[in-house]
Amino acid sequence: MAQIELEGVEKVFTVWARRGRLRRQRTVVRAVEGISFSIEAGSLVGYIGPNGAGKSTTVKMLTGILVPSAGRISVAGLEPSSQRIELARKLGVVFGQRIQLWWDLPLLDSFELLRHIYRIPAERYRENLDAFVELLDLGPFLATPVRQLSLGQRMRGELTAAMLHDPEILFLDEPTIGLDVVAKARVREFLTRVNREQGVTVLLATHDLADIERLCSRMLILDRGRVIYDGELQALRDRYGDERTLIVDLEEPGPPIDVPGARVAKVDGPRQWLTFNRRETSAAELTAAVAAKVGLQDLAIEEPQVEDIVRRIYTEGVA
Amino acid sequence: MRLYWELARRGYRRYAAYPGATIAGIFTNTVFGFMLAYVLLAVFRERGEVGGYDASDAVTYVWVGQGMLMTIYIWGWYEVALRVSSGDIATDLYRPFDFQLYWLAQDLGRAAYHALYRGVPPFLVGAFVFDVRLPQEALLWPAFVLAITLAVCVSFAFRFLFNLAAFWLLDYRGVGVLAMVASTFFSGQIVPLAFFPDWLEAVAWALPFAAMVQAPIEIFLGNARGLELAGILGLQAFWAVALLLVGRSVFAAGTRKLVVQGG
Amino acid sequence: MGEVLALAGIYRRLVGARIRSQLQYRLSFALNLIGAGLISFLDFAAILVLFGQVDALGEWSVAEVALLYAISSVAFAATDLAIGHLDLLPKMIREGDLDVILVRPLGSLFQVVSSDFALRRLGKGLQGLVILVVALVAVDLDWTLGRALMLVVTPVAGAFIFAGVWIALATIAFWLIDSIEVANAFTYGGNFLSQYPVNIFGSWLRRFVIFVVPLAFVSYFPSLYILDKEDPLGLPLALQFVSPLVAVASVAAGCLVWRFAVRHYRSTGS
Repeated sequence: MAQIELEGVEKVFTVWARRGRLRRQRTVVRAVEGISFSIEAGSLVGYIGPNGAGKSTTVKMLTGILVPSAGRISVAGLEPSSQRIELARKLGVVFGQRIQLWWDLPLLDSFELLRHIYRIPAERYRENLDAFVELLDLGPFLATPVRQLSLGQRMRGELTAAMLHDPEILFLDEPTIGLDVVAKARVREFLTRVNREQGVTVLLATHDLADIERLCSRMLILDRGRVIYDGELQALRDRYGDERTLIVDLEEPGPPIDVPGARVAKVDGPRQWLTFNRRETSAAELTAAVAAKVGLQDLAIEEPQVEDIVRRIYTEGVA
Repeated sequence: MRLYWELARRGYRRYAAYPGATIAGIFTNTVFGFMLAYVLLAVFRERGEVGGYDASDAVTYVWVGQGMLMTIYIWGWYEVALRVSSGDIATDLYRPFDFQLYWLAQDLGRAAYHALYRGVPPFLVGAFVFDVRLPQEALLWPAFVLAITLAVCVSFAFRFLFNLAAFWLLDYRGVGVLAMVASTFFSGQIVPLAFFPDWLEAVAWALPFAAMVQAPIEIFLGNARGLELAGILGLQAFWAVALLLVGRSVFAAGTRKLVVQGG
Repeated sequence: MGEVLALAGIYRRLVGARIRSQLQYRLSFALNLIGAGLISFLDFAAILVLFGQVDALGEWSVAEVALLYAISSVAFAATDLAIGHLDLLPKMIREGDLDVILVRPLGSLFQVVSSDFALRRLGKGLQGLVILVVALVAVDLDWTLGRALMLVVTPVAGAFIFAGVWIALATIAFWLIDSIEVANAFTYGGNFLSQYPVNIFGSWLRRFVIFVVPLAFVSYFPSLYILDKEDPLGLPLALQFVSPLVAVASVAAGCLVWRFAVRHYRSTGS
């Protein structure tokens, strides 16, 4: 049995909206409709989808916060909704928009409290804390109250808090939201390390595709409550990423280049973007064809962006 | 003038948008009405008359008081203080209308809503269960409505004043709580002022709180006729005007401080 | 047993952190404490005013009512101190703090209860104790071991009776966010009710505070025993001794209601 298993999971919400003075209208929202997938221990999986797709709802069901309306969930051999507390010991959870640390206490005090809440043996706690302090460079602000920390510092604190008790699985819901470039890189590095070195299973729910690109090999794409793609990132690229772009810098600005097998997507002065289908034309052939027609000064090749692929999938559906 | 009418309507609508809270409030007032009525009735089992009240007066007093509670809204209002402490007050100072009257107009609209929907229902319940006395003279009804309106003004002026503490104190809630304490007791909400020992009763009437709750009830009970009626209404009007004026000068002082210090 | 000790340790640490941060601002804390005491004294002032006009309320003298009031005050203050912050539950739900709680390996009620400990609410308790002492002297109590024991046990039992009721009431926040006022009607109403002798209330209300929300067991019944007073209601003597049992039942009922409410929250989402 895989470490995380979902089978036919559904979540239905009833929303009451007020209509007029006293009447209320009932709307049924199907946040998650028949999701099934499994994740083996030690994987690093991306879970992406636009807002409202059901990502957070799934994570909440996996952690036992929400009870599914239908279907079966198994996490680390436990059923989340009925065995919440037992499961909580094996999980680390990071909510991007909510803080688990204690707001007016120094960071270190939060860790101490967690040590007792999770009953972490003193020795292990020391080891982990030292390791994370070094890995995430927490030293300078261990004594600072959490409410005075910057977003990036807080997130590093949150990651530590989630990992102190050596969880088997780490769930993250939008961890890089609002972070600057450097902070994001730190978070990603951290996740890669805990996954690779400690074998922690990581499920990363996000709509930041750069996270996915850099971190995950496997990704699940969610749209309107359903999983529309479950597979390797590269496979996604291979399957949908037929289009590559050749960016050419001409010696001098000119009209759009007309070359078989390529389409001019954009022209900006001497620079032109030519898109082509890699199955039909190779980059080398195209370059040669372009060079034959105009004077080339420089060129570059752009791979299909995951973002574009995903956008295509959302708008056109899975082929 | 048109503007203030619109503001009053807005105040009304703001509270009308939460029927759930209103129903919950009616429930609260009704429960407390029962409890207070029983306590006062226990007093009248020992004596037939206290401070010029008989049992029926006392019970009427309780139910009118509970009905009026939310209308007058003596405590729990911190909107102005919140705006001051958050700094939003700065934008308010640029607006082309009078700050105090802006809030007064909205409060009157709110009071109208609460009088109708939180004032009347508990009173009806009380009137149904207990031996409540209604005003016999026709003149007393409009006088009562006028008294309520004036009471709201006095209450608002007082609330506005202690909200202004936010200009000088970080912990304005502390002041608010003290104000609540004093106003609750001395307005005659828990025990009618007529029950107070003479010296305490005199103190109570010297304070503005009596004008908020006790005054309209006295009119309702028919204890103030003719000259006395005019006297009570006059007292209320006096406090309303006095507190509003004090509020204006304190506000001016507060904004001066704000401008000088830069918030 | 080890489990209970571990939880007690966690509670101590969580609450300790809150207490420490409150004590940081000495002056503000002292003022709040005094303020709380004064505010709660108003309730007693009202009782004094009433007794300025009569000698007895429902066959209870002023000293006897003072005793009722004092016991109820101390019990209420103790509960308020420990779980008064349950009234923050609507805010916690709204801001998603409840989700954070559900992710930790601890019971949800335990976490909410250990999230604060507002020391300033001691003010009401201190005021209650002062009035208790005065009342005991004024009543000229015939001290026996039994009465002394009852005097010590009663506020504790009363505190737990209040606690069970409040926990159950707080769960209203899971169903109706903007109707939390209903809970206030009961908590402050309950406080008011337990300050006065139950026999002055109408029969339906009397039955309510004895059989439905057992507030009569906070101070009324135990006080009858302490004062060696005959029950104006003529109810069985046994009722004067069962407050501890009622306390256990109240807390148990409160916790059950809480579990049910959290289950509902987890099924319907936020």
